[in-house]
Amino acid sequence: MASPLAELRLSRRALLRIGAATGGGLALGILFQARAEPESDTQDSSQHNGILSPNAWIRIHTDGRILLVIARSEMGQGIATGLAMLMAEELEVGLDQIQVEQAPVGSAYTNHLLGEQATGESTSIRDAWQIMREAGAVARQLLIAAAATIWSVPDSRCSARRGRVHLAEDPRNLSYAELAETASRLPLPPAPKLKPSDAWTLIGTPQPRIDSPDKVLGAASFGLDIKLPEMLYASIARCEVIGGRITGWRSEAALEIPGVLDVFAVRYGIAVIAKTSWAALRGRDKLELSLRPSANPAADSNRIRDRLQGALKGRAAVARKDGDVSTALNGSHAQIEAVYEVPFQAHACMEPMNCTADVTTERCDIYVPTQAQGRTQATAERITGLPKDRIAVHTTFLGGGFERRREQDFVVDAVELSQLLKRPVQVVWTRADDLQHDFFRPMSLHRLRGGIDAEGRLTAWFHRVAGPSVLARIAPDEIRDGIDPCMMAGAADLPYRVPHQRIEYRRADTQVPIGLWPGGGYDHNSFAAECFIDELAHLADRDPLQLRRNHLADRPRHLALLNEAAREADWDKPPASGRGRGLALAEAFGSLIVAIAEVSVENADIHVHRILCAVDCGQAINPQSVRAQIESGVAFGLTAALKGKITLTKGRVDQRCLSDYTPLKAHEMPEVSVHLVASDAEPGGVGGLAIPVMAPAVANALFALTKQRIRTLPIRLS
Amino acid sequence: MISVTLNGEPLELDLDPDTPLLWVLRDHLGLTGTKYGCGEGQCGACIVQLDGEPVNACQTPLSAAANHSVKTIEGLSPDGRHPLQLAWIVEEVAQCGYCQSGQLMTADALLAKYPRPTDAQIDAAMSEVLCRCGSYNRIRRAIHRTANPESQNG
Ligand code: FES
Ligand code: FES
Repeated sequence: MASPLAELRLSRRALLRIGAATGGGLALGILFQARAEPESDTQDSSQHNGILSPNAWIRIHTDGRILLVIARSEMGQGIATGLAMLMAEELEVGLDQIQVEQAPVGSAYTNHLLGEQATGESTSIRDAWQIMREAGAVARQLLIAAAATIWSVPDSRCSARRGRVHLAEDPRNLSYAELAETASRLPLPPAPKLKPSDAWTLIGTPQPRIDSPDKVLGAASFGLDIKLPEMLYASIARCEVIGGRITGWRSEAALEIPGVLDVFAVRYGIAVIAKTSWAALRGRDKLELSLRPSANPAADSNRIRDRLQGALKGRAAVARKDGDVSTALNGSHAQIEAVYEVPFQAHACMEPMNCTADVTTERCDIYVPTQAQGRTQATAERITGLPKDRIAVHTTFLGGGFERRREQDFVVDAVELSQLLKRPVQVVWTRADDLQHDFFRPMSLHRLRGGIDAEGRLTAWFHRVAGPSVLARIAPDEIRDGIDPCMMAGAADLPYRVPHQRIEYRRADTQVPIGLWPGGGYDHNSFAAECFIDELAHLADRDPLQLRRNHLADRPRHLALLNEAAREADWDKPPASGRGRGLALAEAFGSLIVAIAEVSVENADIHVHRILCAVDCGQAINPQSVRAQIESGVAFGLTAALKGKITLTKGRVDQRCLSDYTPLKAHEMPEVSVHLVASDAEPGGVGGLAIPVMAPAVANALFALTKQRIRTLPIRLS
Repeated sequence: MISVTLNGEPLELDLDPDTPLLWVLRDHLGLTGTKYGCGEGQCGACIVQLDGEPVNACQTPLSAAANHSVKTIEGLSPDGRHPLQLAWIVEEVAQCGYCQSGQLMTADALLAKYPRPTDAQIDAAMSEVLCRCGSYNRIRRAIHRTANPESQNG
């Protein structure tokens, strides 16, 4: 797996790979390789009957169907629509003329920014931008060449529009269906010819989501909606004590539940097998488990906090060193120090984890809401010993993903059980399972020191991140010189120019399972850094916006965005009385965001009235979906800022249900306005973009209103 | 035998009367539009209408529906052209979509009670249905759009 969020070091490597692809050579390599690959059995077997299938993504049937293959998981971000737009733009078809299908596992479908077939870390559009357009262009060139052959005219006299090729100054035209067979016998063009941006009719225009109609009918099929003939249901009780194991269980009461068929131990716990979901869940409730140890004092929030506090002192790995911070601090006009704390966070997808597997001696079919098709196949390969070409991964809609669905635990559950029972099995996690056995966003502590000169300019910036390593489990080879790039994103790449900087990481692992979270390192680091820069602005007696501007003087994109946000929010005028306004900026995933929060406080209750986001994500493919994702990020980020917190007591996660961990509710949702700045830069990611700026924008707004500094999440006023 | 009117059709069910309606629908009748999000009455993903009132199907035993009428997302309209469904599409409400059956069934019950709901009435009704994707503002707009078809201009 390529590094999560290490935009600086690692994604650059991948971008170089893709950059090379844009020269034509590698991209065509990908396109050719895809064509040569054996087709998965999920595709039409009649495909050689004249179907034009020039690469792994596009199939044009002689009956008029135009099928686009979507290789990323649809988890709400609108990626199916976005990828279809990229292909349709170059293929010259409307979104109303196409059908989409989820991709099987195949090397053509690798996400080059992640190094595997997976969806996450706001990479999909950046990865697809060139390749999907080229895939469409190649198909269009073939269809044009086919028409030119039929009419015996040069290609240059033919043009494509809405699924037909037209002959210039001539009424003749042919549909793609009519051209498919001829086109399928032509050689691939030497290089894809992309349309110039002024010829785009889809990219950059608001397009309706293609998945909306099914979703309002309740007809979209999620993981739990899969039903196979003869399928059994399973619920697995896992050990609630972190670091403990189940040493014994009593299943009599469970077996008395009508519909419960069996109870036995599997890799991750005790499985209750039943004829219906309801029987499995009820049976599992009746299990009595013995755990050893029955408590684990090391996995306890207080102990972990102590440990992280210790890690704020002593030696640490240096992620970035500019100038000499100690000397600069000593020579500064004024300096401050602060410690910030960010708790463990759950993903809490609305659709609990689940997976359905059908394993026979011949093959394995997995029906799963997953973000990681490649790893799902590898997991099944490991368990079943079947060769990859007999393991099919069928990706359903995902009822939320948030990086949780990059994990494999639920896949192991289902594949293992189906193999054992020789029947299709659907594993259903309860909400408590989902909250208690998450791979949490790690807890971290942050010590910052900053100094200013007599003119109120930042001269020195010190930031130490203390926390467990996310990559130690999922990509240990990405850790270099003691630096986990995933923990440091947003700290080591502070967007502000400060002459003396020292950014450190002190790894302090705990037993609590941790993993990726949307926004990644930017979440915790932006909270600390964007609040601390406000503290320094206060120290320097400068407007927080102006101070930021002063340190972005040579960064026109940042400045323009700050100015846009300031204008839209009327920053120069004071907020309405009783309201406070706060600002935060983040540069992540190749995009920029500035958020301005407007808050009030009533009897110690915090009300977030309004969130304004100015966004520069380069070329927006579907501005409508960019806005929707920013709104989603606002809700997700505010949940973490104001409400969400996972705590542990003696080895157990304290939160068991949605009243213990409650996402933002309808009446708590602020008014959100999203201002997209026009840009023709390469597209950046937006999925996780708004999340990191929510906590600091709200905390800074609360300081403006109450003069209380918020340094711990979730935000509580004293 | 338990008699229920489901989406307008009379139905006789030979099932344990304690079975939650959610699992009657999903496990036994194959109506998977109603979602399981918690099974504890805390998320609203499973909301259906019982005699027009929104209820958490996971907390409603089949016995409570006996001789009553149940409406699920599958029964909201024959063709997906219920005004709320159309408004949901125009406002692009659904993100992952998992919570949306519960949202739509709740909104439909709200409009039956208050054909022109205020923001406060929308808040009160819709706060029972969690959306991790934060589609709330879109839901609000879609409800207003449905309630005020004459004053919609995008
Ligand atoms: S599943 Fe019924 S309220 Fe959550
Ligand atoms: S749309 Fe995803 S939970 Fe509501």
